[in-house]
Amino acid sequence: MKRSLLGRAWPGTVAVVLFVVFAFPVYWMFGTSFKDGKDIVAETPQWFPTSPTLDHFRKAVDADGFWTLVGNSFTVTLVAVALSLVIALFASFAVARMRFKGRKSFILVMMMAQMAPWEVMVIAYYMIVRDAEMLNSLPPLIAIYTVMVLPFTVLTLRGYVAAVPKELEESAMVDGCTRTQAFIRVIFPLLAPGIMATSLFGFITVWNEFPMVLILSKDPSAQTLPLWITSFRTTFGDDWGATMAASSLFALPVLVLFVILQRKAVGGLTSGAVKG
Amino acid sequence: MSAQIDQVTAEPVTRTGKGGAPPPRRGRAAAGLPYLLILPAGVITVVVLGWTMVKNGLLSFQDLNKRQLIRRVTEWIGFDNYSDQLGSSDFWKVTLRSVLFTAANVVLIMVLGCLIGLLLARLGTKLRLLLALGLVLAWAMPTVAATTVFQWLFAQRFGVVNYVLDRLGWHSMADYNWTGSQFSTFFVVTVLIVWQSIPFVAINLYAATTTIPKELYEAASLDGAGPWKQFTSVTYPFLKPFFLATSFLEVIWVFKSFTQVFVINEGGPDRLTETLPVYAFVEGMGNQHFGVGAAISILTILILLALTAYYLRLVLKQEEDEL
Repeated sequence: MKRSLLGRAWPGTVAVVLFVVFAFPVYWMFGTSFKDGKDIVAETPQWFPTSPTLDHFRKAVDADGFWTLVGNSFTVTLVAVALSLVIALFASFAVARMRFKGRKSFILVMMMAQMAPWEVMVIAYYMIVRDAEMLNSLPPLIAIYTVMVLPFTVLTLRGYVAAVPKELEESAMVDGCTRTQAFIRVIFPLLAPGIMATSLFGFITVWNEFPMVLILSKDPSAQTLPLWITSFRTTFGDDWGATMAASSLFALPVLVLFVILQRKAVGGLTSGAVKG
Repeated sequence: MSAQIDQVTAEPVTRTGKGGAPPPRRGRAAAGLPYLLILPAGVITVVVLGWTMVKNGLLSFQDLNKRQLIRRVTEWIGFDNYSDQLGSSDFWKVTLRSVLFTAANVVLIMVLGCLIGLLLARLGTKLRLLLALGLVLAWAMPTVAATTVFQWLFAQRFGVVNYVLDRLGWHSMADYNWTGSQFSTFFVVTVLIVWQSIPFVAINLYAATTTIPKELYEAASLDGAGPWKQFTSVTYPFLKPFFLATSFLEVIWVFKSFTQVFVINEGGPDRLTETLPVYAFVEGMGNQHFGVGAAISILTILILLALTAYYLRLVLKQEEDEL
């Protein structure tokens, strides 16, 4: 009896400790951003904001060109994700439902592209974009980000298309639908979870992307929010309040989206990443 | 699961068998259709990714520094960039450092991630949701935000980590400068990467364990197998492909990680924490030796390919069997 009680108690204790370990940095980010200055620079850390303030958020948002960066981040993210989704829908349907010569090579190319070490190729991108006189503009970023999320989107959607029973599509075609109609009326609605998962993943990837924009956009007019967070610390010295407020604002949409859609995302991520 | 579906659909689809021979026009259109559908994806990938690979290769054979960049001249120098790098002790030091850094991170991620995944499977619903929430929060944290938060956690003055270590009795850590030495900087980067990466492994492992038939465990415990024996005889064989794939994905992700290493300390102190991607960046963009940087990046990609060759071959073979 005693042993089984102990046996039941330790996983719970460990789980609570681990929860604190994983959630604390996130809490600390939000917590710090609401603290007033003297709570932040306290010899004994204040675990909760004693007199909550929005000053740091004001300071972060008042930074030069903040709204330009917000606009850029949303433009780049939404356009790239939408583009890759449309392109990937076509490709994944072909790959999942049709047999054709070169199908295997196409899948392999996508799998290799998914592992492309983008971070390592920044110099070549810099030279190409510079030679095209397109440094400090959004289109190169959009093109790169589209291809960055495309392989994952194709491979994941391929799994979702393949999981739709072929009979559904066939019976729709027997009932007189064309292949296109069958796709729009039968397969597309069933793909909604897959589309959610892949766009979520794409959103997070593009929203967070740092090395490429660091190199291609020296001018604030074409920068995105990740640079806003890091540029802060050099501008303000060690103004942790403003840095954490900026990080919080940046992370909030991703955290909310991810927590809501996580269940769907896990299935999508595994089928794309592990199963290929 | 996708394997079964692929087998079912293995018959040629372009021939719509049921209603007799399809009209020839539609048949020809259908033969071209798949190519039309994959065309946009193929073209944009080749242009944006493929051409950059080629360009990267071309750049690595050029003497391309600030002068050539401004005057826009191309000076070919053959393999000089490569022989310089392969002959320099710096390059090999950075390579060894990157490999050790990757190995340490991946081992920590896989061991801790799997333990936490197995723990998730043992927990009751409430605690499982609580732990999963913590994991998901860490997983979802954007890399740049997470990196700045860890800088703040490990800050020399007013950082929580130093305060807690001091309170726990390690008083010399009260004002410890984490970015002051090679080892401590790598320690912070490793904690950050492991913290960020464990949720992916743990949650996916948990999801995978739910697919193991319960009967196998019942049979095992009837045979008198304890928890460890159950793990080695049921869980591990069942999840072996998962372990393999995840380990290699983590190798790829950790090896090419740039943001964490660069933002925490920009490769410092004294360039002692530069891993290969950061080294290529600092040499190429920072010191404006673009040709050298391109050569380093090609070598980095080759090393990454060598490290993951076993997995890549396996994936290719598996796909070949499946398709």
